This record gives sequence, structure tokens and C-alpha cells, in this order.
Amino acid sequence: METKNIMIVGVGGQGSLLASKLLGHLLMEQGFDVKVSEVHGMSQRGGSVVTYVRYGSKVSSPVIDRGEADYIVSFELLEAARWLSYLKPDGQIVTSTQQIDPMPVITGAASYPEDLVEKMRAAGAKVDALDCLALAEEAGSAKAVNIVLMGRLSHYFDLPDEAWQKSLEAIVPPKFLELNKRAFELGKKA
Amino acid sequence: MKQLMLGNAAVARGLYEAGCCVISSYPGTPSTEITEEAVKYPEIYCEWAPNEKVAMETAFGACLAGKRAFCAMKHVGLNVAADPLFTMSYTGVNAGLVIGVADDPGMHSSQNEQDSRHYARAAKVPMLEPSDSAEALEFAKLAYELSEQFDTPVLLKMCTRVAHSQSIVETAPRVEPAVKPYEKNIGKYVMMPGNAIRRHPFVEERTRKLQAWAETASIDRVEPGRDHKIGIVTSSTSYQYVKEVCGDTYPILKLGMIWPLPDQKLIDFARSVEELVVVEELDPIVSNYCSALGLAPSGEYDLPRLGELSQNIVADRLTHTFPMGRTIDDPIPPRPPVMCAGCPHRGLFYTLSKNKCTVLGDIGCYTLGAVAPLSAMDMTLCMGASISAVHGFNKARGAEAESRTVAVIGDSTFMHSGLTGLANIAYNQSNSTVIILDNSITGMTGHQQNPTTGRNIKGDPAGKIDLEALCRAMGFERVRVVDPYDLKATDAAIKEELAAAAPSVIISRRPCALLKYVEHSAPLAVDPVKCVGCRSCMKIGCPAISIKGGKAQVDATLCVGCGVCEQLCGVKAFRSTKKEG
Repeated sequence: METKNIMIVGVGGQGSLLASKLLGHLLMEQGFDVKVSEVHGMSQRGGSVVTYVRYGSKVSSPVIDRGEADYIVSFELLEAARWLSYLKPDGQIVTSTQQIDPMPVITGAASYPEDLVEKMRAAGAKVDALDCLALAEEAGSAKAVNIVLMGRLSHYFDLPDEAWQKSLEAIVPPKFLELNKRAFELGKKA
Repeated sequence: MKQLMLGNAAVARGLYEAGCCVISSYPGTPSTEITEEAVKYPEIYCEWAPNEKVAMETAFGACLAGKRAFCAMKHVGLNVAADPLFTMSYTGVNAGLVIGVADDPGMHSSQNEQDSRHYARAAKVPMLEPSDSAEALEFAKLAYELSEQFDTPVLLKMCTRVAHSQSIVETAPRVEPAVKPYEKNIGKYVMMPGNAIRRHPFVEERTRKLQAWAETASIDRVEPGRDHKIGIVTSSTSYQYVKEVCGDTYPILKLGMIWPLPDQKLIDFARSVEELVVVEELDPIVSNYCSALGLAPSGEYDLPRLGELSQNIVADRLTHTFPMGRTIDDPIPPRPPVMCAGCPHRGLFYTLSKNKCTVLGDIGCYTLGAVAPLSAMDMTLCMGASISAVHGFNKARGAEAESRTVAVIGDSTFMHSGLTGLANIAYNQSNSTVIILDNSITGMTGHQQNPTTGRNIKGDPAGKIDLEALCRAMGFERVRVVDPYDLKATDAAIKEELAAAAPSVIISRRPCALLKYVEHSAPLAVDPVKCVGCRSCMKIGCPAISIKGGKAQVDATLCVGCGVCEQLCGVKAFRSTKKEG
């Protein structure tokens, strides 16, 4: 099978590492070769962060380059737009509609672009946008945005629900499992 | 058992399986997780050393005592540890000694992107370079065999994309090598001139033997290709990019040991193809080596010497085709890293900025004090340079500089290499002001303990160095502690110590807001009636505060109620959201 590429993008501290861990577990259980690439260190302090998940029969490069992503899963609208050039021509964006101002916007040195979902669609991207923060809060914690997004992403995968549930159980600490299962369902059904 | 494993965790697994007994490291991205993962194996003694030189010498002592030892560091850490490295090359080892060094091409979290491969060549020690987690595990084990077989320390070189990528590994049980007897051997281990002169020929001979080993070793392997128009010599993550782009089209000489290099294998490979291409990240080390052998690689495929490679960059040079993505017209504002909401450094840097201080900085989270709107840093060079440089700055410009120039350095960086700079101020007497930002942890690398925290790598109680007593013992009579959340007290301390006619140390003390034990106050909120939109609270660059509709607004999910913004508000518009009673 040709290698498939998923990018998880967001703002440092939003929980992308747990999402990539879940995908890594899920895809390995399906018998794929998997590579997951993360960035640690300075950019985690509220900067733009990206995680690459690649799977297929044999994966070489640990990173995803421009024009290669089958899916971009985004915690934040501006980050989806920032990484848009990494999307394949027929790739799919799954994004939370949350907006977090970066420091240059906070200080007034730059402005946050408006109508990003429409503009990305106008550029030819398939965009699935939903308010993941509201859904995460409905599930019981604003921190569950990552799992809401995974629930939404599961729409696009031809995998049985049990496979996702099994990986959730393997990855999420027992204390937070019920909450995250709710978050997954809310994302899936939205 | 097959599992998905981070490259650094795979190194730790390899160390475990090889029977490594002692690990001493200093944290540094992207090397930190090797030691953090290794400490999970109870069979291995692990510690955070104050710096990389101490870590390497500790590991050397352990290998001298007869047990397999390891130390890990980032590329710039190897500069600090270069002194023992170059002479350990002469002494060789007793039990195996492996040094993990992790480069950061692209500078995701570093002050430069130097290429550590130069050290292998310069210190004349072998260097292995894995290209994924499976090789990281395998090479860590092989490194011990080479170390003991050839009587040499071995460098295990990681880079960000190998260290911080997960790929599939197969684990095996640990082997427990017998403790090597310790035998006194002055000629081998006491490196004074008479002995070192006799050891140097051994070093040269060892390199020749390692080269001969590499000629037949399977870690330097030729992978056949269908098209012999070009042949590619590559290693590490560059090999993965080449495979991604070319698959098995062209023959590849995949190098697992980057130093020393197998001359005959390179010559034979070059002869088997029409043109030789070297794909390597950063400096043209293998490329120049091939040129020196008379195998000049084709210039047509020259790669950038800046930053990381990627499959598109390799594709651009090798096949001239790569995908382009779509974009939108709007400019996308950058999202640089920022000090967290509630970061204790913020109040200090605001005060330094307000007082128009010249700030000689250091390496850590607080380097973010250089970012707008605080912009309160004039220099960042390397670990410890703030203190030595403030002394030089003041010696050069005298009283005028002494009244407005400070050094800022974190607690961990101070223990790493601030002490000797402080000794210079105490000894050679400049009226310098040194501010130690004591947030009770090593922050940037993700919360590692250090000699001032009173905890060891496992979080258990450990020795705790008293910073105030230490500075006084060095001869500083002016040592004071301030809480950087208290802007008035911080301002007074800075003004007084800059004015004082004596060297002084200010300890700006408050634990990192991200530490689990730190209790936060309720978030603040802005009363929109009182707020006049003056933007005073925006001067501190807090990510939790923004202006919406002309009024300040606090993001309650980020705010930890530190109250620094409240102290800047002239109309008392901030209030706590804490419920009454």
C-alpha cells in the first residue's frame, strides 16, 4: 500500500502528542508500518507545532512535505491555514474552529485573517470544520479537543469502531477514559 | 516484541539490552528523552549531572571501574564535553563507553546547527549514525561491542528526526556482561606527556583497524539499484529521504558508521556507477572525504548546507519533480513560542525593560525575554556566557555600564556553567549585577531536576545547593531574593543593586507555573466598564490577554491569576474570578 500521511497541527500545549500516540497505536494494530514524528523543546511553549503520522506497507521518511498530506487535523484555524500547502490536491482538512491569537496579533503587529474556512475552500481544499472546544467541554473537559478531533477523523477511515475504542483504552489513562470516550463519540457524531 | 518507539527511547532500550549500568547526562533538546527513558529501567543507575563535561567524566569513571557506561547531550553540549572526549580517545576504555550526541539541524530548539560529525574526525573516535528507531536500538548495542573490541569511546549520533520520530522496533532481553576487573595502568590512563606520546600511535592505528572493520561491516552496506546513472552515498535521516524519493531505482551506499569511513568500499561503489552523489545534512563531510579520495561527487546535485533536508529537497535535486501545495492569499501571521501565562520570568523582564537595562542573557525559557513586546535581551550566546560577558562588558565601559547592565541566568544554567563566571566577578572585581532566575527546575527541556531543586532524576530527595550561601561564600556581600510576581519589589531590587558600588546577585525566585505542585490563583477577568483600553497590560506579552473591541480580555483557560497585569492597570479593571466565601 502506498504511504498515507496525516498531519496534526496546533498550538504548543493543546495535546497533539496524545492524538498522534492514538493514531500510532491504531495503525500499528492494523498491521501497517508506521512512523510518527514530533517536535519537542522551545516551540512547545505556545508556538506553532506539527506532528507527522505516516503509515503504509513500508514507510521511509519520518516527515511529511509540501503537497503530501492526505489529512490535516488542526486544533486551531490559523494553524490549518499555515500548513495548507502541505495538503494533497484531494486531501482533507479536519479542523476545530477555535481561534487563538498568536503574539504578533496580540501586540497588534499583525492581524488574524478572517473567514479562513471559506478561503481555504475557495483555494480548493476540502474542509470539515467544527467547534471541537464546545464539544470537548460538553464531554467534560476543554482538554479533550484532541479526542473530539480523532472522533471526527474516524469518519474518513474505513476501520471498525472497536479498533478505535481499543486504541483509546490502550492510550488514555483509566481515570480519563470515560470522558475521552464521550469526546470521541461527540466528535464522531457531530 | 514489536512496538512503536521514539528514537531516543530506542537508544535507551539498546543501552538496557547491552547491559549498560551507569548513565550521567545533562538535558538538551533533542537528546533529553534518552536518559528520561533509561531511568525507567531499574538495572541502570541514571543521573542528571550539572553539565555535559561532568556527565562525560562521570561516565568515564564508571567505565574505568569496569561497567558499561553512557552519557547523553545535545550537539552544543559536546562542545562543553570536548575536553575529556579528545583525551579519552587516547586513554581508551576499560568497560564499554558510549556517548550519545543529538544534533538539531533546522534549530528547532538550539542556538546553532553545528554538525557533530566533525568531532568524530577531530577526536579520532568512531561515530555510529542510526536512521530510525530500530537502528538506534541496534547501534547502541553495537557501539558497546566496538568500544570494547577497539578500546575506544564510541559516539552515537542522533538528529532531531531520528531522536523524535517513532518507528517500529523489536526488543530483546538484557545481557549482563561480567564486570571488568579494574587494573591500575599508569601508561594508559595517566595522560601526561610521556604517556600520551606513547598513546597517540595507538589512536592512529586504531582508526586504521576500524576502517578495515568498516570495509566488511554490514552497517556500511550497498543496496542495489536498477539504474547506475547515479549512486548515492548517504546516512541517518537523509537515507530515509533518499529511499522515499528513489526507492530502489539507484544503488545506495548506506553508511551506519560515519567515522572512520571505508575507503575501498567508497572507491568500489563509485566505480560501479556513472556519477557519485552524496546526500548528507549540514556540512559536506562525506562529500569532501570522497573528493579527497579522488571520487569527486557530482556538483549538479549539490544540496543546501542550511537547515534540514526533506524528501522534497532531495527530490528537487535528484529527480527535479516534487509536489506543490495550494495556499491562500492572506498573509499568515507567525506564531513564535512565548513565555507561558503565569511565567515567573515575565515580571522580571518587564522590569528590566522598563528600566532600559542592557541584558546579557543565557540559554533557557527566559531567552524568550528577547521576544516582543518585552524585547528585554541584548545577547544570548551559550550556557553560562551571561555572567562572564557582563563582567567583560563592565570592564570595557566602566561605571556607566555597571549602572544599567545585568546578566540573567536560570538556576540550571547557573549550575551548568555560571559558577566559574561568578568566580571571575568575585576575583577580578567588577560591580556587576547578576540575576539568577530561580524557577526551581530546568524548564525548556521539559522539567528536569538540577542541583538546586533538592530532587534527583527520579524525583527522590537529593542534595540541594543553597544559592544564597554559595554566592556569599564566593565573596558576594550583596545577595538578595525577590519574588518576580511583585513588580514593585523587583523594580526596587534592580535599581538598588545597579546603583550599589559592589558586585551583587539578585535571585528572582518563584517556581515554574507549569510545575504540578504549584497552586494557581483563580483566573482574573476584566471589568469592561472600568477598562479604558489603554493597553498598559499588553506590555508584558501575556498570551492570556488580548484586546477585543477596544477592551482588554482575559482567556480564563490560560490565566493562572499571577496578578502581574493587575499591577500595571491604572484603573483597577482586573478582578479575580474567585467565588466569595
